[in-house]
Amino acid sequence: MKSIIFRTSSKYLLPILLIFSVFILLRGHYLPGGGFVGGLMAALAFILHSFAFGLEETKNIIKIHPGFLMPMGLVFALIAGLAPWIYQEPFMTGLWYGEPLRMIGMVGTALLFDIGVYFVVIGSVLTVMFSIREII
Amino acid sequence: MILAVLLGFIFAIGTPLWRRILFKTFPYLYSAVPVLLFIYFVSKLPEINGSNFLIETNSWIPQLGIDLNFRLDGLSMLFSLMITGIGSLVFIYTSYYLKGHNYLDRFYAYLSMFMASMLGVVLSDNLITLFIFWELTSISSFFLIGFNNEEESSRKSALTALGITGLGGLFMLVAFIWIGAISGTYSLTEMMSQPEVLKNSSAYFWIIILIFIGAFTKSAQFPFHFWLPGAMKAPTPVSTYLHSATMVKAGIFLLARFTPILGDSPEWNWTLTIIGAVTMTYAAVHSLFRTDLKSILAYSTISALGILVFLIGLGTEGALLAAALFILTHALYKAALFLITGIIDHETGTREILQLSGLKTKMMPVAIAGYIAALSSAGLPFLLGFLSKEAMYDATLQLPTAAGLLTFLVVLTKICLLVAGLWAGFKPFSGKISEASISAKMPSPKLWIPTILLGCLSLAFGIFPGLIDKTLILPVLNSIAGYEADTYLAIWHGFNLALGLSILTLVLGTLLFIYWKPSPGKIKAIERYASLSPENLVNVLGKGFQAFAEKWTSFFQNGYLRNYVITILLFLSIMVGYRLFSGVVIYLDWNQISEITTSEFVVVFLMVTSIFFVVFSKSRTAAIVALGVIGFSNCLFFLYYSAPDLAMTQFSIDTLTVLLFMLVLFKLPLNKTFSSVPIRIRDAVISLFFGALIAILALEVFEESSIREVSDYYADNAYILAKGRNVVNVILVDFRGFDTMVETAVLVIAAIGVFSLMYLNLNPEKKD
Repeated sequence: MKSIIFRTSSKYLLPILLIFSVFILLRGHYLPGGGFVGGLMAALAFILHSFAFGLEETKNIIKIHPGFLMPMGLVFALIAGLAPWIYQEPFMTGLWYGEPLRMIGMVGTALLFDIGVYFVVIGSVLTVMFSIREII
Repeated sequence: MILAVLLGFIFAIGTPLWRRILFKTFPYLYSAVPVLLFIYFVSKLPEINGSNFLIETNSWIPQLGIDLNFRLDGLSMLFSLMITGIGSLVFIYTSYYLKGHNYLDRFYAYLSMFMASMLGVVLSDNLITLFIFWELTSISSFFLIGFNNEEESSRKSALTALGITGLGGLFMLVAFIWIGAISGTYSLTEMMSQPEVLKNSSAYFWIIILIFIGAFTKSAQFPFHFWLPGAMKAPTPVSTYLHSATMVKAGIFLLARFTPILGDSPEWNWTLTIIGAVTMTYAAVHSLFRTDLKSILAYSTISALGILVFLIGLGTEGALLAAALFILTHALYKAALFLITGIIDHETGTREILQLSGLKTKMMPVAIAGYIAALSSAGLPFLLGFLSKEAMYDATLQLPTAAGLLTFLVVLTKICLLVAGLWAGFKPFSGKISEASISAKMPSPKLWIPTILLGCLSLAFGIFPGLIDKTLILPVLNSIAGYEADTYLAIWHGFNLALGLSILTLVLGTLLFIYWKPSPGKIKAIERYASLSPENLVNVLGKGFQAFAEKWTSFFQNGYLRNYVITILLFLSIMVGYRLFSGVVIYLDWNQISEITTSEFVVVFLMVTSIFFVVFSKSRTAAIVALGVIGFSNCLFFLYYSAPDLAMTQFSIDTLTVLLFMLVLFKLPLNKTFSSVPIRIRDAVISLFFGALIAILALEVFEESSIREVSDYYADNAYILAKGRNVVNVILVDFRGFDTMVETAVLVIAAIGVFSLMYLNLNPEKKD
């Protein structure tokens, strides 16, 4: 798509949407949002960019193949699930670290878990979209 | 003990990690695992005397009564020693036998996985864990039998073995669950303290039938025996391990294990006696018609297993003693014979006994081991085989009923086995050297030392029965019988009928060995009846099932997405429609419905318009965009009813869906009609019907009183327990976090699926 308006706007939209997706991810525990929606938004940001500039350009920005985000996310989620074992607690017990931080809120395994979901969603959505685009 | 059981698994799973670093430099480490375990179990031997047993408890899933409890009593001790002892020899043997094989490390991984599963089977005190390990032996033996995976016959036999043993395992699981439900525990130890509970229950008959199916499939009893000869396609170390001491003995172990719990009833005793007797004679006679060394051994193994089942079925103290002795005897001589077969195959390249003779000049130690094994199987005095044979004859002679017939069958079986043993252990080495044997060389010590060791044990236990009498065999007998029994093993029992039968067996067997030669003609004669064999029947059944499955699958999975959708919608419509039509009064209270606001009206108007647009639009792109509008209108509804989370997610998903559709449909040819008018009408009818049903269903939901317990719990505890205020998210990441984890895994699998489908390029012509 060659439209100047679309290209220019998506150039600026990419970072804004990405930051917004992180914001959505972090606020998820208290207000509407969360890893799943955040991940979808981040993935949409990249897809939007790829529509404007072409697949190659977007791939250059991401650097790694988006597929690698999937195992990474799964590992995050797994760590969040297994971490309580260190404290002799059952699998997936929520652990929390002290006082809430500014902007982020309470830090705990649930947040790590949500980050895992975030990456898995970005990874799988982008893998599906990119491979379909590339082949068809 | 848990470490002892899990060591093999850890070793196997870690193989990719340390195969490069460790095993390149220390190849002997492969064999260290079974050797260490063997030493461990030997060190426990003094603690198991009389009817003592050790128990170790590890909690696993206490809510379901499933735990990793291990029970080491006489029976499991004997099996553990055999598994690890013969395992050690097999590991060492393999290091030369498969030297330089590309997948040696993989082979060792399978082998140690198998060993660990076997240990798990014999040590588990919990039925469910026993079942899990049982299935693991089936799975790991599948890999072992199919190790030469480039040969079709090898793959096929592996599949047959897995199919038969896996099927039996499922029957067994049913029995186990049933037992657990009746006795209120899955613990074998607890069951042994209250055997009458199961014996008096009305399900007793069905439970033992199911257990029998499990044990018979594993232990290759008639009519499930045919997987065992096929499994000979495996490399010889595998056959040795699986068929002398482990896999096929698992069924025997199971029967022995359950004897104190379920045994000693007419149903139990007679079924086992009859099946065992049929198997042992059928297979023993069959073994006379084979010329392939491994086939001879396969059939004689089936026959030996039949003897064991038969003895357990008799159930008298003498018979159980004979069974305990024969388990050990058979493991020692059969393992030796298999290993020797492997050596012969390795050195001469053939296993046809008609072509083999005179090898003793080439490989004296192997020949000695072969002679000892053959003679032990023949039951010559001063060998372990003699003791077990005497015990067997004693047991059958003392039976109250049918002693004559059963003794006759045992003697007949023993004569055939003697011949088979001589063919396998004697014939290749004696006589003039044959053409095929000329080129043979003296094998590496790693190959022949294990066989000699096994022979020495047969000899030592045979000459000094006191070595194993009270230390090993008595605890075994106690744990099979379930009461304090006594053993007295001696070489000399005085002149009695059993001794007379022994001598008769030896004489007749030797005569048969000299005058009976298996030949291709005789084999052909017996193959005429092959179409009646259970193997053939199962094959026919399997082919029929496959054909049916193919028809069924190609009818429903025809590759057209639209047909899938129609099938699903029709099925649902009929199910739901039938339920609504038959039992539900559709009733709508207009007063309950709140007033329609302007915004709602606008959204609904938008949706309806878009739907008409989708259906009647000529432009594909426009239709997709209209579909998107429907989705977004839905989001608006979610927003009105304060579900911002849902709205947000739906919004993103809809955007994605539209984009995906665009990507795909963009490439399709423009302005082409794909379906005819009647098909469109049909689709319209189905969709309208389905839509109407869903609408009615949605209205019906209001009529049902809703249960708010769960949602209230989540709402109340989201902040207290999980420190979050967004209940939806707290449910996702905390309360039902495990679900989410699995769902993300599913997402990954789906993405990988799409990726691989896209790059698979099934059409080779399109390759660029």
